[in-house]
Amino acid sequence: MLSIKNLHASIGDKEILKGINIEVKAGEVHAIMGPNGSGKSTLSAVIAGNENYEVTDGAVFLDGEDLADLAPEERAHKGVFLSFQYPVEIPGVSVTNFMKTAINETRKANGQAEMPANEMLKVIREKSELLEIDRKFLSRSLNEGFSGGEKKRNEIFQMAMLEPKLAILDETDSGLDIDALRIVANGVNKLKSEKNAIIVITHYQRLLDYIVPDFVHVLYNGRIVKSGGKELAYELEEKGYDWIKAEN
Amino acid sequence: MSKYTEDDLKIELETKEYEYGFYTDIESETFPIGLNEDIVRAISLKKEEPQWMTDWRIEAFRAWKEMIEPEWANVHYVKPDFQAISYYSAPKQVDPNKTLDDVDPELLEMYKKLGISVDEQKMMNNVAMDIVVDSVSVATTFKKTLGEKGIIFCPISEAIKEHPELVRKYLGSVVPQKDNFYAALNSAVFSDGSFCYIPKGVRCPMELSTYFRINQAGTGQFERTLVIADAGSYVSYLEGCTAPSRDENQLHAAVVELIALDDAEIKYSTVQNWFPGNKEGKGGVYNFVTKRGLCETNAKISWTQVETGSAVTWKYPSCILKGDNSVGEFYSIAVTNNYQQADTGTKMIHLGKNTKSTIISKGISAGKSQNSYRGLVQISPRADNARNFSQCDSLLMGNNCGAHTFPYIESKNPSAKIEHEATTSKIGEDQVFYCNQRGIPTEKAIALIVNGFSKDVLNKLPMEFAVEAQKLLEISLEGSVG
Repeated sequence: MLSIKNLHASIGDKEILKGINIEVKAGEVHAIMGPNGSGKSTLSAVIAGNENYEVTDGAVFLDGEDLADLAPEERAHKGVFLSFQYPVEIPGVSVTNFMKTAINETRKANGQAEMPANEMLKVIREKSELLEIDRKFLSRSLNEGFSGGEKKRNEIFQMAMLEPKLAILDETDSGLDIDALRIVANGVNKLKSEKNAIIVITHYQRLLDYIVPDFVHVLYNGRIVKSGGKELAYELEEKGYDWIKAEN
Repeated sequence: MSKYTEDDLKIELETKEYEYGFYTDIESETFPIGLNEDIVRAISLKKEEPQWMTDWRIEAFRAWKEMIEPEWANVHYVKPDFQAISYYSAPKQVDPNKTLDDVDPELLEMYKKLGISVDEQKMMNNVAMDIVVDSVSVATTFKKTLGEKGIIFCPISEAIKEHPELVRKYLGSVVPQKDNFYAALNSAVFSDGSFCYIPKGVRCPMELSTYFRINQAGTGQFERTLVIADAGSYVSYLEGCTAPSRDENQLHAAVVELIALDDAEIKYSTVQNWFPGNKEGKGGVYNFVTKRGLCETNAKISWTQVETGSAVTWKYPSCILKGDNSVGEFYSIAVTNNYQQADTGTKMIHLGKNTKSTIISKGISAGKSQNSYRGLVQISPRADNARNFSQCDSLLMGNNCGAHTFPYIESKNPSAKIEHEATTSKIGEDQVFYCNQRGIPTEKAIALIVNGFSKDVLNKLPMEFAVEAQKLLEISLEGSVG
């Protein structure tokens, strides 16, 4: 599904990604771990098409299609979803209104009619139950005054609404207490299917107790320095990132 | 005479210099340029006004001659040459040979986006209408319903003749002839406008809009509006149109007076979309308006405005809270793009006890535009327990525009409670990227963010207007993000 080949990316003159190679197949969960500043968030931003980063070499393919020339919204229309580490606030725009706009813009781009209001309501009800979200929450302005946990839960709610092909969860566990973490992880697990794939970016092994990865990659200094199964996460937890740093 | 153009007239004037005096030319469609007492008299005569009205205009003109054009607003423009304007033009005639195909396709495209009906499009472009069962019947039913309730709603020129007692009593009672430079000019030369009277205890059963919109086109550059809500009555009045108005008149100086008698309520909503000039800042309308309302005891006046047009806007819809317990509200969205300049806000003059005012102003600047909020909250010594809450928010798009806030607060009563909040924010790249990532293209994302920003004010507009106004905001800011 997702194929990252020799990806190099910079911001300004600074090269951050220095040749990344990852293959993700439908139905798989991949975890990307690594210390601060290793390039994890840059990788997610580049896949999503953030224009602040320049791809200097290599490419990202989704179902064989090179994403290079696609705008961020076009990538979204093709099923790329990014759960932001720091979701932004949009005052005056309710969560419901925002979701309605996002869904209908995506449908429009894919040549579908707008989702009828009653169907929209039904989906909103289902998905908010899935994530144990109080419906009053949905009429609040997007992320405005949300706690850290509410913001993250709202990100996963949006993922549930948009049903992406590829979901990248960037540090979704940061700012979550243990109950919220469980709810969010349960939500993600229910959304997992044979047709989609999930990339989980995290510092800690903790989230991976709930969302169990098929593969774990360690990113350090802009390169994948180690890949393995879920046991690699435990090894990292035990030995710490100094182990990786020492080897590289 | 109909082919006689202003240019012909100019040539004639240059060569003959008032050979026939003025009155002989009274039948012509357009008066010669320039302003003097004879012109003022001629306007009054042309409109078959009674003597008192002519005298009122002359008085205004004499005051205007002594006045100086104000310069305190935060706007820069080439001052109009008042002797180069023609102060009377016969209403435009429908051209029987003109069809919508002759209208600028860019304009038609915008009508389509705004969802303006074909009939209204024709109306606005002086295209003859087919037999329109709908709007004719709407207008007729409308008039009948209003008539049954004793509501008077007609052109002010008609009211001067038909209801002189009301006009004489209230015209100039809130905005006196000598109030300011442009109000004085308007008082002297106003072309036409609307008059509305709601009798005691009557609740006007409909928004005064549909009829208005269709009949509004071409009322000219010096419009005069007078709305009187008698004791215990209610009216919601909508002015203007979301459709772009291309007008050859550069200067517009309107006056609006509202009178809310005891326990009455007036809700006055405006959407202003005059031609703002092109992308290089050439052309465009100067909109210098005086709007003011007077509240008697327990009365309430709400001004709601969405301003997206004009090259230069200078406008402060105000409330004089004369009666005890009266309430004034001002809700405004002002959008400036390209080279537009707006200096707009309100004045809340608290005279009565327990008077209350609310100001919510949302300024959106894009391109190279300048957007200023200017407001005055004044509490008089006898206005015990007066309350004011003001909120002025500015949203900036890009790095070349400006937002300014000039709040003036004068309190002469120690029991007054005045709050002022102001914020300035910028549409962030991160907000736009977030929307993009959810599948929302940039233009739509901007519209979403702007609508969210303006929500508190959009909510105050009558429903039918709010939807159009929302679309108008989108269109006004199109292409403002690179």
